[in-house]
Amino acid sequence: MNSRKTASLVSLAAATSLALTACGSTDEEEPVEAAPAADVVRMDDAWVKAAEEGMSAAFGELANSGDEDVTVVSVTTPASTVLELHETVENEAGAMVMREVEGGFVVPASGSLSLEPGGDHIMLMDLTGPLTAGEDVSFTLTFSDDSTYEFSAPVKDYSGANESYEDGHSEGDEEMGH
Amino acid sequence: MAGDRSADSGRRGSTRRRFLLGGAVAGIGAATAIGADHVLNRRPAEGEPATTLNGEETVPFHGVHQAGVATPAQAHAVLVALDLRDSTDGDALRRMMRILSDDAARLTQGVPALADSEPELAVTPARLTVTFGFGPGLVDRAGGSRPEWLRALPEFGVDRLRPEFSDGDLLLQVAADDPMTVAHAVRMLLKDARGFASVRWTQRGFHHAHGSVRPGTTMRNLFGQIDGTTNPQPGTAEFDRLVWNTEGWLAGGTGMVVRRIHMDLEGWDRLDRPGREQSVGRYLSNGAPLTGTDEFDEPDFEATTPIGFPVIPEFSHVRRARSDDPNEKIFRRAYNYDDPPSGSEISNSGLLFVSFQADVDRQFVPLQRRLDELDLLNEWTVPIGSAVFAIPPGCAEDGYVGDTLLG
Repeated sequence: MNSRKTASLVSLAAATSLALTACGSTDEEEPVEAAPAADVVRMDDAWVKAAEEGMSAAFGELANSGDEDVTVVSVTTPASTVLELHETVENEAGAMVMREVEGGFVVPASGSLSLEPGGDHIMLMDLTGPLTAGEDVSFTLTFSDDSTYEFSAPVKDYSGANESYEDGHSEGDEEMGH
Repeated sequence: MAGDRSADSGRRGSTRRRFLLGGAVAGIGAATAIGADHVLNRRPAEGEPATTLNGEETVPFHGVHQAGVATPAQAHAVLVALDLRDSTDGDALRRMMRILSDDAARLTQGVPALADSEPELAVTPARLTVTFGFGPGLVDRAGGSRPEWLRALPEFGVDRLRPEFSDGDLLLQVAADDPMTVAHAVRMLLKDARGFASVRWTQRGFHHAHGSVRPGTTMRNLFGQIDGTTNPQPGTAEFDRLVWNTEGWLAGGTGMVVRRIHMDLEGWDRLDRPGREQSVGRYLSNGAPLTGTDEFDEPDFEATTPIGFPVIPEFSHVRRARSDDPNEKIFRRAYNYDDPPSGSEISNSGLLFVSFQADVDRQFVPLQRRLDELDLLNEWTVPIGSAVFAIPPGCAEDGYVGDTLLG
């Protein structure tokens, strides 16, 4: 997938420039105040899965153009009263399950984090109304430095990514895809 | 480890280019960045032949006009007509066209659509274009003003129309030089359209494969005839005048006629070569009029044989299709079809006739009336499907196709 390739190559570039900096500089560099996370992060290609009620999920490509890692600690949207940042992991039984990620999403310096079906994603736990294809939903991310970033994501019909929760029941059981 | 080093530097070069580009285009969107990157990376490594893959070729999506009209016809096309669901109101139409336009904007540039579950199938655009057309039902549903010609064509005596090939509220014309690309684009678009509309009919068409004949070669139909010689040329004032509408929400758009024309290859087989050439008024070899030597020679309708008959018969297709009125002209962008036969037939073939014109009533209808009254070709051709659509203008990057009607 293109976005993934870009992500890995960008990380490589970051690693290269880091190495160069390490070789060429001495201890005389002064620590600089990092820019607020909200100024260096952007969300591209965001979308939300359509749903009549219950739960849904949002995906996209979080890019960090800054020199330091940033951490998304929470997210809000008018479309859901409760939201969680989820990761998808393998449980003891070998099944892929999703659970709330501890400490939030880390977007690496000069890198990006893909939120995608089957991977990390923003979970809308309790929809305030139907999410209909073609609507726009706005989201606000809050970072660990308390700065915030808003983006909007179109709703799309999507029938994939029916992961199970860690406690065993699958979303499909409750007829709320994401 | 020279091999390793050169591989490494090659990779780093491309990495840096990607990285710099990523910064330069921030704000345009990742989709564009990937597309542009794709172009920049096209330069082959040392030792590789400097060929450009046709699969990487793209046609711009955004612009004053929709792509897929003046675009040189690609090798493969699928036309899909949809019927709007009862629940699809004006607001839903707006949402549908925003989603479909976004899909088309990405896919035509070789970028996966949002929520594309087969993203690997999206990276070979092969000159993909997606052209949207609005049937009378959609314009009415939107509460827009409907051009008078946006309705079913008048009945012609030769017609044997079948509902499964006729009419429709929304048209998708998806065309590319690669049928894989077309299949994926159609699938992606229909997944996003099905909440709003259901498929009414699907028609597939083809030309020569890409690279088989010189670009610009006039197409042949499955009768072996050169078909479309007198087409107005995109980029000329004549084309602009004949094709682009200038009124209201349709300004920059055009009118589209789709006709499925069954061709009786069995009957055609019984006709000898001179008979075939007389029925059209052109030589089969190179498409020259029977009074000329070159395809693009003007036919001389006054020329007579030694015994006094017109060289180009009165009943020939060329004679009947020709009007003295320079406004009674259309732009043809037809495809062939060759579908599975049924029963004892060995062929189910014909022409997926597509024409674009600013005003269907003024340009297409008089021409078709003359052919309906008299055209020897009617002996072997039967229109079995018919539909008329308004092709809205193109859209800007922050807009969507149809925003002049729905916005």
